[in-house]
Amino acid sequence: MRQIPQKLWQWFDKRLPLVGSIMTHLTHYPAPKNLNFWYYFGSFALVMLINQLLTGLWLTMFYQPNPQMAFASVEAVMRDVSFGWLLRYMHSTGASFFFIVVYAHMFRGLIYGSYKAPRELLWMVGCLLFVLMMAEAFFGYLLPWGQMSYWGAQVITSLFEAIPFIGPSLALFIRGDFNISGVVLNRFFALHVVAIPLVFIGLVGLHVVCLHSVGSNNPEGIELKKSDKIPFHPYYTMKDLFGLSALLFVFAVVVFYFPEGGGFFLEPPNFVEANSLVTPEHIAPVWYMMPFYAVLRAIPDKLMGVLGMGAAIGLWFFLPFLDRSPIRSVRYRSKVHQIMLTVFVVSFVCLGYLGGQPATPLLTNLARLASCAYFSFFVLLPLYSSFEQDTTHLPHRLAVA
Amino acid sequence: MGQCCSQRRRFLGYLSGALGALGLGALGIPFLSAWWPSKKTLDQGAPVEVDLSDLPQGGLITIPWRGQPIWILRRTPEEITQIKAAMTGHLRDPNSNDSMQPEAAKNAYRSLREDILILVALCTHLGCIPSYKPEAGSVSPSWEGGFYCPCHGSSYDLSGRVFKGVPAPTNMTVPPYEFLSPNKVLIGGSA
Repeated sequence: MRQIPQKLWQWFDKRLPLVGSIMTHLTHYPAPKNLNFWYYFGSFALVMLINQLLTGLWLTMFYQPNPQMAFASVEAVMRDVSFGWLLRYMHSTGASFFFIVVYAHMFRGLIYGSYKAPRELLWMVGCLLFVLMMAEAFFGYLLPWGQMSYWGAQVITSLFEAIPFIGPSLALFIRGDFNISGVVLNRFFALHVVAIPLVFIGLVGLHVVCLHSVGSNNPEGIELKKSDKIPFHPYYTMKDLFGLSALLFVFAVVVFYFPEGGGFFLEPPNFVEANSLVTPEHIAPVWYMMPFYAVLRAIPDKLMGVLGMGAAIGLWFFLPFLDRSPIRSVRYRSKVHQIMLTVFVVSFVCLGYLGGQPATPLLTNLARLASCAYFSFFVLLPLYSSFEQDTTHLPHRLAVA
Repeated sequence: MGQCCSQRRRFLGYLSGALGALGLGALGIPFLSAWWPSKKTLDQGAPVEVDLSDLPQGGLITIPWRGQPIWILRRTPEEITQIKAAMTGHLRDPNSNDSMQPEAAKNAYRSLREDILILVALCTHLGCIPSYKPEAGSVSPSWEGGFYCPCHGSSYDLSGRVFKGVPAPTNMTVPPYEFLSPNKVLIGGSA
């Protein structure tokens, strides 16, 4: 009799090795013992994704994807639905936090060379996830049907017109109308709640499978011996839970006290219903798209501007192949690389600031300068990294703590 | 298995693979076609008749056609003279060769009649609505009057012709239209 539960368990485990999978991918996953602060952001991103999925699912229960009702239905969520305001603010603030966390996650990969062999595909799947995130954010931004939603969608769908020959037809195809209308609202709704999340979740799975097959990089950027690794549980589950409580504290403060994020998370013109006959005085995308938007505006040619903006993101995919140095971590890279990384990050932040400002001649010239600095990182990297081949100063293993 | 049969099998394998791919491709047609404007959307793009008798000189009205804002501007005699006298060196496409307009409006005024200018009120850069800035010096000290897009700083003259050095690639689009009488215009009609 006593053996029945055990036999039942064995029957189950033989057919579905649930415990084994959890052990391989979570509790017993061997993680480097020297992972620092920057390694929080991967698991943070997963938590923000779950936040978006859950709050998004609930918002879908109240939202009407119809140009006559969309704006009012969002207002109804805010005023009439019990705790609707909280669900919506968790979703809108969650989007911004998702981007903050992912930008930090990417910065980590950048400084510790996590994109280098054998993690090239891990990095590229991550880049693809970032592009999908931008698409998801863009589609979602139309749904409240405010002025910024409307004109943001108008500007972004017009980008496709820049493509030679097929451009205008392609824009018409995407909009399904001659202008942004209910047609596009419906299809963006479908893409936002079904298509992109499905693909996104699949790619997150691939990202994790890829990570667990090549193993985590670490701040030293060296291959680690088995003795320099520790099981994920309890060491990193505890570390991540601690970090998560700090993140969620900040998140809660913003959700409850600054849900508009000073006009950066929810833009003021979006509290006015969409009007196809009036463009807001000053159009700016949400903060996480501003750097790329600044590149678009800096180039005084429609097609080149679109290509430049595409390249600003697209070049990330090629980073593993542009960087020819075998040294991963910034700690052991040359002064030149350390300076170029700084130039890259500073120019990115500057572009972010400029993308949110009106396009005055002075600021446009500054944006051109910052764009040149931004792209110079990708252009110069293959040149100077060819000379960074000396690996004799790298440690062979982690110092004994 | 003989030589003939393995070859035959490979051929049949490719053939069924190709047919399968063809079928999948054909299945894509309904999915993609559904994204083109529907019959209803196309119907709503029917021509609109506008009465201009209340439009004063220098006045600009915006009317919707196909969901797009359309401008109708009655230019003043001074503005007409200004366009006639304007230097075209600082314009990107002074003769409207790369721009969209009915053939009869392919002139310096970009209109069928000198005084009435009709434009799709969307910047050819990324589709914002430019502002009508007729006063000289209202955008920059050298501004002579025209249209200025606040989104990305594109600017056009009083005929909707784009200046050099701004992001917009072409002149503003002139929709097809025709005059039914001196003060009645049909927008979207033949022309």
